[in-house]
Order: sequence, then structure tokens, then C-alpha cells
Amino acid sequence: MKRREEYVKKRFNKEKLLQGNEAVVEGALYAGCRFFAGYPITPATEISEVMSQRLPAVDGTFIQMEDEIASMGAVIGASLAGAKSMTATSGPGFSLMQENIGYACIAEVPCVVVNVMRGGPSTGLPTSPAQGDIMQARWGTHGDHPAIALCPSTIRECYELTIKAFNFSEKYRNPVILLLDEVVAHMREKITLGDDRIDIFNRVKPTVPPEWYIPYEDTPFGIPPMANFGEGYRYHVTGLTHDVRGFPTSRPDEIDPFIRRIFRKISQNFSDLQIGESFMTEDADVSVIAYGCVARSAKRAVIDARERGIKAGLLKINTIWPFMRIQVEKVLKTSHCVIVPEMNMGQISREVKRVNKGDAKVFTINKVDSTIITPTEIFNRIREVC
Amino acid sequence: MAGVTELIHKYLRHDKKFPHVWCPGCGIGIMLGALIRAIDQCGFAKDEIVLVAGIGCTGRLPVYVDFNTLHTTHGRALTFATGVKLANPKLKVIVVMGDGDAVAIGGNHFIHAARRNIDLTAIILNNSVYGMTGGQFSPTTPYGMRTTTTMFSNVEQAFKISELAVTAGAVFVARGSVYHAKMLDGLLEKAFMKNGFSVVEVVSHCHTQYGRLNRMGTAVEMMQWQKEHAITVEKAAGMADEELADKFKIGVLIDRELPVFQDEYDKVKARAKGISIP
Repeated sequence: MKRREEYVKKRFNKEKLLQGNEAVVEGALYAGCRFFAGYPITPATEISEVMSQRLPAVDGTFIQMEDEIASMGAVIGASLAGAKSMTATSGPGFSLMQENIGYACIAEVPCVVVNVMRGGPSTGLPTSPAQGDIMQARWGTHGDHPAIALCPSTIRECYELTIKAFNFSEKYRNPVILLLDEVVAHMREKITLGDDRIDIFNRVKPTVPPEWYIPYEDTPFGIPPMANFGEGYRYHVTGLTHDVRGFPTSRPDEIDPFIRRIFRKISQNFSDLQIGESFMTEDADVSVIAYGCVARSAKRAVIDARERGIKAGLLKINTIWPFMRIQVEKVLKTSHCVIVPEMNMGQISREVKRVNKGDAKVFTINKVDSTIITPTEIFNRIREVC
Repeated sequence: MAGVTELIHKYLRHDKKFPHVWCPGCGIGIMLGALIRAIDQCGFAKDEIVLVAGIGCTGRLPVYVDFNTLHTTHGRALTFATGVKLANPKLKVIVVMGDGDAVAIGGNHFIHAARRNIDLTAIILNNSVYGMTGGQFSPTTPYGMRTTTTMFSNVEQAFKISELAVTAGAVFVARGSVYHAKMLDGLLEKAFMKNGFSVVEVVSHCHTQYGRLNRMGTAVEMMQWQKEHAITVEKAAGMADEELADKFKIGVLIDRELPVFQDEYDKVKARAKGISIP
């Protein structure tokens, strides 16, 4: 183990002081991202800036498009042509991207969308943190669609979850939303790059000859192999509901299996998508379920509570969608009270209440005044409820 | 004639459930024929062509042809095409749009793709109306015409797509019509061979929606109108503005050289590799 550490230090020696946005770029490049299209928007602009310098050096392409709609379109186009691609934005831009995110869902195009959450609605508070886009990440685009969304709370997680976001998008052929909040995006922490053991997943390509290739054929995993444009597999990609050949269809017997398959991609691989961390929840009377920057405050509050003899615990959820119901249910069963602090009017707490079958009392802390929820606020709430 | 039909069949997707969606007499089929003949003439392989389209009657075009085909969201065809081209510059990316697709909902993308001078060919079929949704006015519907949303006559001025493309910075702009099919073949060939953002506007007709409401007659009569109102660029050069008032120019409007995005970006890559960024 020691030798490995020495080797890593010698080989990589990449101890850096990075902010969340920069760590996202590092993660994306490590994962193999070679195309970025974006439009300047606070507080996500640093991702564009760093990408514009880093990508051309690794033979990738950065392009600043005319708006977020165009950025999302270019990202999908680039992914179809074989490049792992990404865009980054904040609330207003994320709203503009929604139509094309739906396109990526129906045409099953892997891509990563970073949304650095700011206060909303509308232009809202461009330089202040919030967590108001949780539900938009799930239901932002119209129609029934599968969704994957991840939310880091540390700089290291920004790096790792970006890599995982690319892996998930390539594996499940679905857009993956990375939800940062302004605090995590701009906070700086020490991070060691290179010392990572995360495998990179690349899209599965067809192995059959082109004339046998059925682009949207069901497989045991529900995920058909994906051919890139220009590789000899000429097929049709459309935003219309399509049959297994990719051609538009209006036959009920073709539509139903298709929609059910794209949902099955997620439900069948549910456990693979769960990323989270339990901290002292085993014997906890009061558990906090938190994500993003609030999870940091929550951890401090839990430690303070333990010091004062209160059995508190924390479940940090990194996978926002699909909702981590198995872990949450466990916490709801073992704790008397559950507190869900979040910087919105109650988006994840709704989900917690949905899966709570009377096992625990669910309390919320909702803060929408543009400031972060402090450890004291969570600690006081823990004392109140227990 | 048999030879031409055979050529077109070589490029059609026979496993697609024909018949196509277009009305009998529609100009889109003529444009598709010209597109196929031009691609064949230029000698592109099927695998290297990516045909991108938006939404609408014209947007339905790629599904019938045996290339890498991409049917995008409404108005965003050029943005998807930009991504495809930049991720794999070896591909020949052709974008087919209708007038509403290209200059209404996609107008911003259109002028920026031209300004950026990215190596794409945009073919815009201009039939002056939103055909698929039932004949509402589009940005190219002439002043005073009737559509289902301007039953008391259109009070807006029409966009001139080709002139817009010239101003926005496209390096090759041509206008043709579906009546002048032979000429259209040539214009498309030139556009495909041009390095940079090339635009071909194809003046067509929608006798089902636009023609019917404006009593312009059958498809044949509307094509007759195209014949009578088209003036070649060379001929128009010697004519006064008044004479050209109800005419449209066909032929190559501009053919110039400007730095192409991909070539410039290759230089950026070289610079980025030379300079070490901490």
C-alpha cells in the first residue's frame, strides 16, 4: 500500500487547491470528455473558461454557442458522432436546455449536463446558492422519461461524480445531470488528482455487421449497443417515438415497449446508480438526510449533537435521481425523527415523505434567503425534535 | 429517365415504410431528388454523409434516405450539425430545413452558424408557410397574403433568406427553385464542394395550404409562377429595382473565401499544445 502511495505521488503529484467548477473539468477530462459546448452564465462560467483552455490541448473541441439551446444541441450532435460531451449552465440556461435534454432521453444519447444551482425562479440570484432545481432535473423536460442526477457536496466528489456521470451516461445511454450548488462550485479545497481508482466506461458498440444492426433493439439490460455516425452503421436518429429500427412509429404495440424499456434501463439497474454515505445512522434517534453543501453543515451538526449526547446521524445522498429510496427507507425505519434540511421550499423532503410509511416523523428546514443552512440551524432543529 | 430513377433508388431506404408523408405535387420530393443526384455527382460515400433536419414537412426528409440521418428538435438542426461536424470533421454534414425551421425558431442558430463559418451545407426549402401544422404564416410569407393565422392578410414583411445568409457571413449562398431542377443539382453540387458555411435556398410551393388559401391553383400552376418570377443573377444585374420588385434571383449570390471554423480551431489546438497551462 505504501509503495503504491509513493508511486502515485511520484507519478502524478497533483495535489491542488481547486474550486468545484475546476474539479468538474478535471473529472470530465479524466473520464474522456472531448467536446464541450456552453454559454456563459454565473455561477457556472468557470467550467467553460477552463474547458476552453484544456480541451484543445487534448485534441478536444470547445465551442461557445449562441445560447443554451444551441449548446445542448451541439452536445447531442457531438455525442452521436462519437465524442463524450458535456455542457455546463445554471438555472435559466438549464430551463432552455430542457427540450433537447428530452431529445437525448428519447434518442438515448449519452451526455452530461452540469447545472450549478442559483437562487430562482427566473434570473433570481445569480451569485447566490440554492437547491431549487431538484425537481427540474427530474421533470424538467416534457413527457415521461428516465432521469439520472447526481449531487456532490465536496470538491473531491465534484471530481468523482463527474467521472461517474460520464460513466452512467455512456452505460445507460441517458443524459446525466450533475447538480452543483453555488457554494460547492466556488468553494476551494485540497484535492489530489490522479490518485483515483474509478474505471472509465465507454459506450458499448455493435459487434454485428451493419446490415444486422437494429439500433433500438431491446437487450437483457435494456440498453442497445450504440454505433457512432460514420462507422458504417447508417441509422436514423429521431426525437419522434420510434420503433426498434429508429423509424417514427405511431403503433401502440411499438410505442409501449419502447417507453417501458427506457424506464427499465434505470429500474433494472437501480442499485448500480445509488451513491450516498451513511454517517452514524445505525443507532441514531434523529437522522438528517441532506445533499450538496447542506450535507457539510449537517455533518458538523451531527458531530456536535453526538458530543452533547444526542444520538444523531446523517444520510448524505449523492444520487438525487433515481431517488435512493432503499437507503432512505432504512433510515426512516431505524430513526424516530428525520430532518431534511434543504435550500428550497421542500423538494427532496417531498420524496422522503413519499417513501415514509409512517415509520418516522419527517421534519424540514427550508431556507430560501440565499444563504447556506448553518450547522447551528440544523443542530437547533435536532434538539427541538428529539 | 430510367437511369435517374435507378440512381435515386440506390440511396433510398427500402425498409422504411413508404409511402412518404408529402402531398402529391409537393416540391420537397424534387429537392430530395436534386440532393441525391448532387451527392452522387460529388462522389460522397453513404457512410460519410450525415443528413440533419429539423421539424416540419422538410424535416421528414432524412428518414427516407440511406445516410447517417438525424431528425432533431424544431429549429435546432444547425446546432446538432455543429456538434456532429466538430466531433468528427471527416463527415460531410448536410442540414435540411424548412423556412419556419431555419429562420423563425432557428433564426438565431442560422445567423450564428453563418457567422462562425462552420463547414456545413444548409439547404432551406422555402415554401412561404408552415405546411405540416396546417398553413400558418411563416417569416417568409409575403406581405398581404392569406394563411390560417392571417385570414385578414399578412401584415408582416418577409425575410429574404439568401440575402440574410450573405449578410451573416456565409461563404457560399445560392438560390434555386424546384421548377429549375437541373440548375438546383448544380447549385447543390457547388455548395457541397465548398469549404465553409454554404447555403442553398430552394424556392418551393405549398399548393395544399398556401396555394389553396391564396387561390394560386395547382402545384403545376404554382411551379409556372416560379418559372415566370425567377430571374438569374446574371440577368438581374442589368435590371432596375422596380423591375425586380416581384421577382426572385436564382443562381449563385455569393461565393467567397473566409476563414473556416475548423481550420482556425486546428490552430487553436496547436497553440494550446505549445503553451503549458498550469
